[in-house]
Amino acid sequence: MAKKEPQTNKIKMSAADKVFHVCNTVFLILLALICILPIINILAISLSSNASVTAGLVTLWPIDFTINSYKYVAIRPDFWRSMGVSLLRCALGVTINVFMCVITAYPLSKSTHRFKARTAYAWFFFLTMLLNGGLIPWFMTIKSLKLLGTIWALVLPGAVPVFSVVLMLNFFRGIPEELEEAAVMDGAGQWTIMSKIYVPLSKASMATICLFSIVYHWNSWFDGIILMNRPTQYPLQSYLHTIVIQSSLTAVNSIDWETLVSVSDRTIKCSQIFLSIIPIMLVYPFLQKYFVKGMVLGSVKG
Amino acid sequence: MKKEKMQRRQARLKKELPFHIMLLPGVIMTFIFSYVPMAGMVIAFQKFIPAKGLFGEQKWIGFENFIYLFNMPGALTALRNTISIAFWKIILSLVVPIVVAILLNEVRSSKFRRTVQTAIYLPYFMSWVIFSGVLLDILSPSSGIVNRFLNMLGMNSIFFLGDNRYFQSTIIWTDIWKGFGFGTIVYLAAITGIDQSLYEAATMDGAGRFRKMWHITLPGMRMIIVLMAVLSLGNILNAGFDQIWNLISPQVYETGDVIDTFIYRIGMIDAQFGPATAMGVFKSAVSCFFISVSYYLAYKLFDYRVF
Repeated sequence: MAKKEPQTNKIKMSAADKVFHVCNTVFLILLALICILPIINILAISLSSNASVTAGLVTLWPIDFTINSYKYVAIRPDFWRSMGVSLLRCALGVTINVFMCVITAYPLSKSTHRFKARTAYAWFFFLTMLLNGGLIPWFMTIKSLKLLGTIWALVLPGAVPVFSVVLMLNFFRGIPEELEEAAVMDGAGQWTIMSKIYVPLSKASMATICLFSIVYHWNSWFDGIILMNRPTQYPLQSYLHTIVIQSSLTAVNSIDWETLVSVSDRTIKCSQIFLSIIPIMLVYPFLQKYFVKGMVLGSVKG
Repeated sequence: MKKEKMQRRQARLKKELPFHIMLLPGVIMTFIFSYVPMAGMVIAFQKFIPAKGLFGEQKWIGFENFIYLFNMPGALTALRNTISIAFWKIILSLVVPIVVAILLNEVRSSKFRRTVQTAIYLPYFMSWVIFSGVLLDILSPSSGIVNRFLNMLGMNSIFFLGDNRYFQSTIIWTDIWKGFGFGTIVYLAAITGIDQSLYEAATMDGAGRFRKMWHITLPGMRMIIVLMAVLSLGNILNAGFDQIWNLISPQVYETGDVIDTFIYRIGMIDAQFGPATAMGVFKSAVSCFFISVSYYLAYKLFDYRVF
């Protein structure tokens, strides 16, 4: 992906080329800005005083710099409680996802003559990609299992992420079979081969499925809202849904919504939005080269 | 002879036993959380009373829920909105990432390219709650940065999320905004796979930049473009619940209510389980058809296999 294009370097740039490059660079910078400016706008609002935000002075730089809204959030117990729920969910969910993913992908990566029932199992998992029970039966299933209101309702239904399983098994397939054969000669069992040979060789795809799992569990909000009994059990994104979306929508719907949206509310909302995306912003750039590779492998293998 | 066969079978079973054990947890979880809900679609044909349980003694009523459903005023509107939103999302989520990938590929400094990539991936990693929060803020008709900009240019404020004329396009373009960067990944990978000597030969023959894009880069990506197009067929009834539920308000139900928001409202909020499941069954059946066709085509055309 990071390969340089040789032909542009070899040949002297013509005037038209120069124009193209300037335009292209400007265009791409604009695109990049479009993707990060909203966050900067949110950050600027969260760090500005109420008065300057109401006056519409704040765009990309805080005016009347203050960290009061962060101070307010810092002492808000519901924000930190839901943050705690989210952290617990991530820890449990990612562990379960990665473990399930590895033990499911490993046998499926074997060829049919090594593992005869492979085709049947593959169809079993593939069918779930074709047909989906839909919201109500899914909800009733979890309700019948008496999982409502427990953390397990948030981590068990997504325990086997099929997309990640496919990604992982494609990676396993790329590992030379000779390694396994040699280990079998030495008397190693399949569990040992999987954990001592295949997993250590798959760091890149392990990092990818970890990232996808973290992002999934951190960003899910809908299941929290319908599967938890009380708002005090909400994970962070469900909690943010109630304060950011529901309050803004009631405000938008009512006739004098302008007076209803108190501006301090707005700066506090923005500071919570910003706080909630810090973990993701810290993680994904470092895993960029892994998930790029993982994505390509998962969706476009030969 | 027979004994030998038995022995071979036993040896095979012994060798494959660890594989079966490894798959057991995944099979159980998938069975419970995917197959049981599939069986639960029977709710669509029942006068469902939740207190009696998912597979309890419910009264069977045939297709009554479906008849009731399609006589509801909002159902057909939801179907129409779903298809129109999903259709444009499918088209644009192919075109925009392809164009951006080609332009990114023309950049010579790999540092600049990586920086742009990191920036355009960012929205993909935000949840729809957060992204919608940002959108509600910047698209707000009075205080939002977008409308203040429009006002500066002497235009009137546009109520992007509260006006039926703008709601669908706002939904479609903000979805593209969130996803286009991540979508470039596969196309960039396809471009990297193109034989560099083709470009050199074309340059020798005096081909300009755009000719090379048109005659080498695009044909080089043809396989992956068609494959992605085929695979996206299955999304024809996926308008994007997470996004729309966060941005919709009753005054734009006419253009913004889609199948999934409809199911959620009548099922989870109004507790009409039967009709809501009937809508879900309808969606699952149609989607299942399109997804099957798309995988079949991908398999026939490109030998593409998921597993």
